Amino acid sequence: MKNKSKVFEDIIHGIFLILGLITVGCVLLITVYLIVAGIPAIREIGLFKFLFGKTWASTASTPSYGILPFIMTSIYGTAGAILLGVPVGFFTAVYLAKIAPLKVKRAVETAVKLLAGIPSVVYGLVGMLVLVPFVKKLFNLSDGASLFAAIIVLAVMILPSIISVSMTALESVPKEYEDASLALGATPIETYFRVSVPAAKSGIAAAVVLGVGRAIGEAMAVMMVSGNVPNMPSLFQSVRFLTTAVASEMSYSSGLQRQALFSIALVLFLFIMLINVALNFFLKRDKEK
Amino acid sequence: MKKMICYASALIMCLSVFAGCGNSESSSGGTVSTDGSTSMEKVIGALGEDFQAKNAGTSFTYNPTGSGSGITAVSEGRCDIGLSSRKLKDDEKAKGLTETVLAYDGIAVIVNPANNVDDLSLEEISKIYKGEITNWSELGGSDLDIVLIGREAGSGTRDGFETVTGTEDLCKYRQELTSTGDVITTVGSNENAIGYASLASVKDTVKAVSVDGVFPTEETVKDGSYAVQRPFVLVTKSDKQLSDTAQKFFDYVLSDDAKSIIYSAGVVPAKD
Repeated sequence: MKNKSKVFEDIIHGIFLILGLITVGCVLLITVYLIVAGIPAIREIGLFKFLFGKTWASTASTPSYGILPFIMTSIYGTAGAILLGVPVGFFTAVYLAKIAPLKVKRAVETAVKLLAGIPSVVYGLVGMLVLVPFVKKLFNLSDGASLFAAIIVLAVMILPSIISVSMTALESVPKEYEDASLALGATPIETYFRVSVPAAKSGIAAAVVLGVGRAIGEAMAVMMVSGNVPNMPSLFQSVRFLTTAVASEMSYSSGLQRQALFSIALVLFLFIMLINVALNFFLKRDKEK
Repeated sequence: MKKMICYASALIMCLSVFAGCGNSESSSGGTVSTDGSTSMEKVIGALGEDFQAKNAGTSFTYNPTGSGSGITAVSEGRCDIGLSSRKLKDDEKAKGLTETVLAYDGIAVIVNPANNVDDLSLEEISKIYKGEITNWSELGGSDLDIVLIGREAGSGTRDGFETVTGTEDLCKYRQELTSTGDVITTVGSNENAIGYASLASVKDTVKAVSVDGVFPTEETVKDGSYAVQRPFVLVTKSDKQLSDTAQKFFDYVLSDDAKSIIYSAGVVPAKD
């Protein structure tokens, strides 16, 4: 009898092992596939020409495959979104974690969670129909689809991750730290910014990195507001990101063009890996403390 | 022992995933192979799918290589039917190839309804897209910059438009969008914009302009008076009989049954 239940336990154990391995398998499969699919085009085009070429004309009679415009756009776009999104997200998190009355906190938290749940195509749609015409009017441009519009959309999209991760970090600061500071005569605001925030700084850094990851990997929403022309980035020009470069041409691509799209995906993948390494670094440092 | 059972059950789980993947496809019935124009992918793909559904056991293949390669392939006997998005040249016909027009791909040039330009010549369109005309006032419109909306590289509509207007690789797009719907939405919301879309998908939110005085309709596309259009051509060998299945497919795509499918692919069927 006892043996029977043990067999059952082992079977369950096996099932869980499989479920776990599925995830690992997917990651391995994607990694291997991207490398295998992405290398040939880079070899054919030449690494330097591919990474630092300034023109992308994949279907021209003499095609050129330079992805520097995409790389720069992705970096500028992400940096812009961080520049706008982090201050807003950070102060919101401080307010919600430390200052806000419970009712306000609940309401705002719900809103933030909802914001996180909105599908990116909806962000894109609203951006396309509302933001793009607005940007056009505001800056008196001939067309509003631009890097600027994409930055705004991305900034809003990264808010939820920044707010919720920073909030968790701020809330886990031991209350004794703050009590001690208050007892020494510091005002509450001084306490929050001089004691709580420094104590939670690696968590906040992790939030920022997470935001970077989300911004650099977003395709659908930016595709709908950025205009998609492979120009070198400029704030009010139509631009194409790494993600949108892959997404927009994939459906009709063939031959070297298709292989080059996989190579772009590989470059994007490497960026995301770097960001993950950074994220792990911050989280680990946090735990060791 | 415990580990053994654990791994064994894991293995069984794994294998059971593949259990359903047996190949049950029977290869009775013939095959139709087509080769050629990438622009015809949508229409020929839809037709092929429907043909297979109606004739169980037949298989349909389509090789997207481009019009030129498709014509070569059929003349060398590497496929049953060649697909070309241009008419055959005289020397190609002299080599014993026959063309049958399947459909016409009419591309409407669209502007915002608020734009008071109603007619453009083919040359003006070409100049606009090459960036030689940059303001609507040069065309009798209001003093606004022209915003060029186009499709992504590789799109059949883009290929068709650029071929007809002679602007291949020269277009100075402001936006490259990935679907006809996006083009229409964008042109509909920006009075500076000009774009192009397949005729069938033009809606009231945008205004199609006439080209050289001819307004795009199914009739003007079909009779050839509307300039921004091209034929989708089935290329066959004049002296060689098609295989039974290929003949069946050929008859089917030109039949009335196929019309609605051709329409839904955004092009105008050639036959009435």
